[in-house]
Amino acid sequence: MTIGVLWIPLVLLAATSYLLGRKRAVQAASTGVRLHSRPTYYGTYVALWCLLPAVGVAALWIALEPWVLTHLIVRDLPDSYRHLPPDRLGLVLNDVKNLATGAMVSGEPDAALRAAADHYRSLRSLGASAMVVACFSLALLGLFWSIRRVRADFRARNQVERVIRGFLILSATLAVFTTVGIVLSVLFEALRFFRAVPPWEFFFGLQWSPQMAIRADQVGSSGAFGMIPVFTGTMLISAIAMGLAVPVGLFSAIYLSEYASRAVRAVVKPLLEILAGVPTVVYGFFAALTVGPTIRHMGEWLGLEVASESALAAGLVMGIMIIPFISSLSDDVINAVPQDLRDGSLALGATRSETIRQVVLPAALPGIMGGVLLGVSRAIGETMIVVMAAGLSANLTMNPLQAVTTVTVQIVTLLVGDQEFDSPKTLAAFALGLVLFLVTLVLNVISLAVVRRYREQYE
Amino acid sequence: MESHSGIAAVVKKTLNRRYRAERRFRRIGLAAVAVGLLFLAVLFTAIVSKGYTAFQQTHVLLDVYVDPDVVHVGNLDSADYQGLIKASLRELFPDVKGHRDKRNLYKLVSSGAGSILRQKVLEDTSLIGRRIQIWVPADDDVDMVIKGHVDRSLPESQRRLNNKSLAWVDALKEQGRLEKRWNLTFFTAGDSREPELAGIWGATVGSFYTLLITLSLSFPLGTAAAVYLEEFAPRNRWTDLLEVNINNLAAVPSIVFGLLGLAVFLNFFGLPRSSPLVGGLVLTLMTLPTIIIAGRAALQSVPPSIRDAALAVGASKMQAVFHHVLPLALPGMLTGTIIGMARALGETAPLLMVGMVAFIVDIPRGFTDAATALPVQIFLWADSPERAFVEKTSAAIMVLLGFLILMNGAAVFLRNRYERRW
Repeated sequence: MTIGVLWIPLVLLAATSYLLGRKRAVQAASTGVRLHSRPTYYGTYVALWCLLPAVGVAALWIALEPWVLTHLIVRDLPDSYRHLPPDRLGLVLNDVKNLATGAMVSGEPDAALRAAADHYRSLRSLGASAMVVACFSLALLGLFWSIRRVRADFRARNQVERVIRGFLILSATLAVFTTVGIVLSVLFEALRFFRAVPPWEFFFGLQWSPQMAIRADQVGSSGAFGMIPVFTGTMLISAIAMGLAVPVGLFSAIYLSEYASRAVRAVVKPLLEILAGVPTVVYGFFAALTVGPTIRHMGEWLGLEVASESALAAGLVMGIMIIPFISSLSDDVINAVPQDLRDGSLALGATRSETIRQVVLPAALPGIMGGVLLGVSRAIGETMIVVMAAGLSANLTMNPLQAVTTVTVQIVTLLVGDQEFDSPKTLAAFALGLVLFLVTLVLNVISLAVVRRYREQYE
Repeated sequence: MESHSGIAAVVKKTLNRRYRAERRFRRIGLAAVAVGLLFLAVLFTAIVSKGYTAFQQTHVLLDVYVDPDVVHVGNLDSADYQGLIKASLRELFPDVKGHRDKRNLYKLVSSGAGSILRQKVLEDTSLIGRRIQIWVPADDDVDMVIKGHVDRSLPESQRRLNNKSLAWVDALKEQGRLEKRWNLTFFTAGDSREPELAGIWGATVGSFYTLLITLSLSFPLGTAAAVYLEEFAPRNRWTDLLEVNINNLAAVPSIVFGLLGLAVFLNFFGLPRSSPLVGGLVLTLMTLPTIIIAGRAALQSVPPSIRDAALAVGASKMQAVFHHVLPLALPGMLTGTIIGMARALGETAPLLMVGMVAFIVDIPRGFTDAATALPVQIFLWADSPERAFVEKTSAAIMVLLGFLILMNGAAVFLRNRYERRW
């Protein structure tokens, strides 16, 4: 496209302006006057003036082009088209664009559409050439304006540093924009969902079956969107996971930090951390193919009824995933407990385990709790294990041998594949996403605050 | 004295119990470590024992007569090569009659055999009119029989190959026409509905493009953010908020980033669905917090004397940071970046949300082509019903884990080699 062609001369121009700026600065210095900044700063200054405005205009155009063109096309369409409802108009516009690019068009286009397509094509090429001209004139303008300012006493370094600083600030605030983006996008779609389904029905309903019929008069045409069973499933699986991960993780952290020799620690700790690096899709495969059938066979052997996608299998494997997370966080906080406390307790005649249980653990407890909460938030938000190993049907049950579904599973099943974006079915995924985001956010805020407070206590 | 010995007696009485408790506690700790290591061992054994067979594929040796009536210079590209393969199978088993039996016989050989023959003929047109020997991949069902994954004692109706087909397979085996060979297809092909023709190259290339976008955006942005927060930001409520925000973002579930990508990049900006571009953008947002946190830690470990020395000889604050502090912190930052990239490589859920989960046969050739990534390919294959995809999935996992071990190894190497302790 035009952008690809545009880049190369623009970069070349910027490089040239860098050299020109530096040369001019060196020339200015050759008369014996002392330069304010190093010559490279003058070159960078000129290059920035050449590049930034042009890139800004190009970006603006790329962002605005579709909107402006659509507007112009609609204005010139015959009245019969202009007064169509928005979604029909969208289809017509699609036809126009396809005509313009020579792609397949549904139906036989009439003269008005052909004219519009021609118009669209000419507007597009006009817009593209206008942008190229604007870009290069701005680049040249910036070049000439800034190079005239290059004098020995010109503070080029300060100017360049100001631009760099702006870039740094922009990068740091990107995290805020991400959060705002998450909140807005999820909230916006969730609000659209709540227009179709009342909030109380969503938050307190006991039925979850999001299958919407295509026609309104079909049986079961209104799906049920009560999130309680879905959320209970999430909680059940997370509880199983934490039931495995907390004791194993905590005790291995205690053993490794208080009992194990340096050599054992150096080998075992990285080995356990491998578990944290294994992708979750691998755990999902493991749960679905190895752990699930094993549990079912064991259940049959004991005479129990076990679903093939039991909550137990998904929960246990998720627990394995979280073990290293709990153990390394606990390890950190246990190591942060001052040695004085241990020495004092040992000096009083307490055994090692008494010291750990009665002195070290109480001191480390807030930090450990913070770690556990982070683990819970991770278990709630974990997706691939449950997508591959947990079920789809929303059973409201606390029996770990039955199949349950989770918030993340529902989000994935509702949104993967082709969807129309207006049905409550797809919007429900965003409402679930909102719940997921808020719950994990609260857990994270609490646990991070606890861990931070705890650290300050012993620093 | 009296009371002293009394205390001693009390202590002595309880001492055995206390020592027992001590030993018990210690054993529990040891057991916890052992359980963790056991899980690791079981996980890897399960994957490797299921997957190693996928690196070999059963091939069939066929004598094909490249019939000049079927293939001639005019139709080299479009001739019925599969028909030639079928003819050679009929020659091998001349007494197979009946439509259904014949069809079962043809099914012993992969439907990709024809295109292998075509490739051979295209390379050397003098083969036309001659009888050649050619190794072609067997069908995945045959492959499973040869690898011993099929229980022959099952009733015929529950097997994918019936008794006649099994007899043909045995006959082929006796003639030495079946051989397990190195499965190059697995490393060079894209996805396919036929397990014997499916490979991971397409997904690997997709992952590569996705990570390229992620790296080229998240490294500069993450470094810049870390530098600002650690070196320039004033300590006030605004920067406190930034910090809390970044820490929180690092713990937001990855699927939520997928929702963001779906709503913003796909629906609002209208970027192409399923493309490495969108996948890379989403993963960038996801890995940025990790990189920023690691970068800040690396900057913190550079002693203040470096900054002071630079400032003392007249460097500006910016020069001190970019010329002196940053180069010293760079190994630590790179380590954090590599670890972030490794996480991004293994991430699946957000990519599902932005549609990188389609069935894609072609190798992607750019950032806007439809593509999948390695972990998504694993997810897709894990869902496939064919028995042969189980070993393919495990093998793909082995490849993915190999990449991850390589990346983490690089991070450890970098840390040990270049990181300075002050």
